[in-house]
Amino acid sequence: MARVVFTSNIQRHVICPDADAPGQTVREVLENVFAKNSQARNYVLDDQSALRKHMTIFVDGQMVRDRKRLEDSVSETSLIHVLQALSGG
Amino acid sequence: MNDRLLVSTRKGLFTVSRQARRWEITAVDFLGDNVSMTLADGRDGRLYAALDHGHFGVKLHRSTKTGWEEIAAPAYPPKPEGYEENDMWGRPLNWSTARIWALEAGGINEPGVIWCGTLPGGLFRSADHGQSWAMVRALWDHPKRKQWSGGGADLPGLHSICIDPRNSQRVWVAVSTGGIWFTEDGGASWTQRGEGMRAEYAPPEQINDPIVQDVHRLVQCPAAPKRMWVQHHNGIFVSSDEGRTFTEITGVEPSTFGFAVAVHPRDPDTAWFIPEIKDERRIPREGKLVVTRTRDRGKSFDVLTKGLPQSHAYDVVYRHALTLDTDGIRLAFGSTTGGLWISEDQGETWVGVTHTLPPVYAVQFA
Repeated sequence: MARVVFTSNIQRHVICPDADAPGQTVREVLENVFAKNSQARNYVLDDQSALRKHMTIFVDGQMVRDRKRLEDSVSETSLIHVLQALSGG
Repeated sequence: MNDRLLVSTRKGLFTVSRQARRWEITAVDFLGDNVSMTLADGRDGRLYAALDHGHFGVKLHRSTKTGWEEIAAPAYPPKPEGYEENDMWGRPLNWSTARIWALEAGGINEPGVIWCGTLPGGLFRSADHGQSWAMVRALWDHPKRKQWSGGGADLPGLHSICIDPRNSQRVWVAVSTGGIWFTEDGGASWTQRGEGMRAEYAPPEQINDPIVQDVHRLVQCPAAPKRMWVQHHNGIFVSSDEGRTFTEITGVEPSTFGFAVAVHPRDPDTAWFIPEIKDERRIPREGKLVVTRTRDRGKSFDVLTKGLPQSHAYDVVYRHALTLDTDGIRLAFGSTTGGLWISEDQGETWVGVTHTLPPVYAVQFA
């Protein structure tokens, strides 16, 4: 299972511990995490389920490019970081 | 009279309370967070605070007996597959709550009903104290809605909601920019209101088009709901027929430009404004912070200065940052530079509570 690590800054607003979840894409992994932590979902995804404007996700050190569908592939051993983009100030 | 004032700021929600001798900050909630709007529901005492966490989006919190709890924030419905819509800048319009810009309690006969206005223009209604929200689709799907554009922000924003105290199915909303819209069936259908307003910034053929009007703030007199006041991007307008037609008020010193307006709860002819020089110079004239007040439906104005800084004051008062209490006696306003003033005599005299708050977005007595 992939491991998802959330920025520490999100923890002030919503409990969002690191999590292991199955899935072959970023979307699948995240939705499996949010299935057990629904309140965290809209801190990361917007109303259209796209990645929020000033959030970013790295998979094994590579920034994801598909911010809308989140279809970048992940492996069983991938490390997914959910972070704030510096663009947000 | 109300002894408690809620002050929503860029860095938290401050509660200011009337003590024996003065008003003091007595509580701070959400310190460090951007509180765009707070609603005190006079029907049941609940408070609602809208937060904008930037990276993490817009959230809504509701008071409990012991503190606050996060509840659902209004969320836009899924955009239909293949549907394309651009904003006024040619960028794809994201159907997602960008800011909560209006929160109003429903009618006295519908406990738990809350209305919410947002950027990019969606209106939402909750029937369960904010536990869940439904977008008012008839307004969002109105073909003319796509003519709304950015005014106070890059995106259209629905900032004013007036519920008719005689019939809570009748609701007026105002959009910057998009003019005034009215429903008499609880939101199932909408018509444009606001004939008579004038947009001096628009091309000549559109100057009087109600949909291009940049209404900065719309308020309604609770005791005389036919009377509505508008602080507009280029002036002050008043209506005596429920917003169907407006008359411009001119010749007001020091100016008619501003964002906020408050109307007396029982006297429809009495209203307060906080003028800035003009749209391209959004500061008080000559550095003198003043409040203007009419008691005769705009025929004449008092310029109220006692207790307000009269040199090098550059305070701007946003559209939700002027309010008065339920008796129409106490007023309060907060500024972009962190000033907070309260009057206990309808604006004749003011007392500065503090000058060091974060930028103030909204004030409301509770």
